[in-house]
Amino acid sequence: MKDVAFGQYYPVSSFVHKLDPRLKLVFLIAFIVAIFLANNFYGLAACAAVLILTIAFSRVPIWKVLRSVRAVLFLVLFTTALNVLFYGGETVYAHWGIFTITKEGIIFSAFLVLRIMLLVMCSSMLTYTTTPVALTDGLESLLTPLKWIRFPVHALALIMSLALRMIPSLMEETERIKNAQKARGADFESGGLIKRVKAIVPILIPLLLSSFRRADELGEAMESRCYMGDKHRTKYKKLRFSWRDLLAFLLGAALVTGVVLLRVYLGATV
Amino acid sequence: MRIVAEHLTHTYNAGSPFAVKALDDVSLTIEEGEFFGVIGHTGSGKSTFVQHLNALIRLPSSLKHYKKPKAKKGQLPPPEPILKVGDFDLSSRKTDFRALRKNVGMVFQYPEYQLFAETVYEDVAFGLKNFAEKGHAPTKEETDAAVKEALEIVGLDFQAVKDMSPFDLSGGQKRRAAIAGVIVTRPEILVLDEPAAGLDPLGKREIMELLHTIHGKWCKTVVIVSHDMDEIAENCTRVAVFSEGRLVYALPPKELFQKAEELKSLGLDIPLTAKLVLALKARGVELSCDFTTEGLLSAILERKEGKA
Repeated sequence: MKDVAFGQYYPVSSFVHKLDPRLKLVFLIAFIVAIFLANNFYGLAACAAVLILTIAFSRVPIWKVLRSVRAVLFLVLFTTALNVLFYGGETVYAHWGIFTITKEGIIFSAFLVLRIMLLVMCSSMLTYTTTPVALTDGLESLLTPLKWIRFPVHALALIMSLALRMIPSLMEETERIKNAQKARGADFESGGLIKRVKAIVPILIPLLLSSFRRADELGEAMESRCYMGDKHRTKYKKLRFSWRDLLAFLLGAALVTGVVLLRVYLGATV
Repeated sequence: MRIVAEHLTHTYNAGSPFAVKALDDVSLTIEEGEFFGVIGHTGSGKSTFVQHLNALIRLPSSLKHYKKPKAKKGQLPPPEPILKVGDFDLSSRKTDFRALRKNVGMVFQYPEYQLFAETVYEDVAFGLKNFAEKGHAPTKEETDAAVKEALEIVGLDFQAVKDMSPFDLSGGQKRRAAIAGVIVTRPEILVLDEPAAGLDPLGKREIMELLHTIHGKWCKTVVIVSHDMDEIAENCTRVAVFSEGRLVYALPPKELFQKAEELKSLGLDIPLTAKLVLALKARGVELSCDFTTEGLLSAILERKEGKA
């Protein structure tokens, strides 16, 4: 329960933590584009270098970042197995039945694994170094143009930040109710599937009730403080660009250009 | 059953930047038959301590993959935490934790939020079914009798509420029903975390009276966590004071509430009776009493008669 990696902020102060969340979002998108543009190992190596640089300047321990890959471990293993066995190619190492292991297959799956790992690690770097509040703030600011077509950007950002804010509360509440039922002899760890599903009912019902209660209370508290959406609303923390952001922006631009150049001049590995 | 804790230490989120030492080398014995109070500021470790008592928080040594902590160079290894509840050794992996939980009932803060069943009857019977020995499911008559008794001891009318949804009860009734759901298995030790929180004064008094009915008759030992010093002074045989994860005092209220200054520095209040004794002292009237309302009254009356 406590191992949920999503939205886990790593609270230290660093260069990367201090970057403008809008820039970090754009940087992430640029990074992902670069990963997908890269069609040879040199391109991926450039991406990896930038990622390692980012990790080094964020003071987030490397094992923490590597651990975020655990969430997609199954996917990684599955794609590797499939590609190694079925990719086909010319340099055959082994062959039995419908399976063929080739040099090309191994290279291709190595390439894919690297790609997936880079994707997951860079996304988790964003959540490690940015508080959920800053993230939604940045998103709201980036999506502002959508207001022209009357898209409720502010409401969306609010819903997102409320949902993120409630994750730890809900987990705490779940833990409390779980403990209370455990103290009454409830058993969540043994038995078959049906028994286990049934065992969840005494947690789920109180949790549902308390969520409704919370939502109700929150709504009333906001209304009583005259919350009216984004009309006449000011911000406590204004987002501002600084020299750090400019530096990071240049790095991002350099990465994308670099990857494109590598793509053009060196050609595809796979 | 006697509760013996030695060198009890607990750290939440050990080894991460969120690590918090919630309990630090706590040694404490609670005798059978006590009405034991636990007080302390928010975050002092009192809830962590009571959650150890029925193994909701387990000692590290009772978990799989436990490795003994290594001593730092030139230092003695940290003492092994020990926790015994009656014959149950909570530091061992082989302990039957289900049997332990049957013997140590736990009422959490706002217990009404744990109600879930369709009827009050089913909710109260939940623990009864869970704790039944394998192959010895309680008969309808046994369950009926136990649920009826539990509901009646908390002051609810069995016939009137048994088929009601627990969510249709009033706030105070919900709490009583939830308490009934814990005591229905007749635990020897009953632990309650702020049982009177959020109730009106009458509701508070009723809950405390209820605990006195349960204490001795149903559950030999009662351990209660509270912020209400009047409640503590009035009811407890002994009180443990926690601060920043450490046990500071474990004394009867009579001795504890003489330390008004020390308690204040720990962010704790003293009961009204103790405030009155202090106010009288400031005006030159020295009284000694056990800080219950009754005790204070008789001390005042004695003094008056002595003067007359």
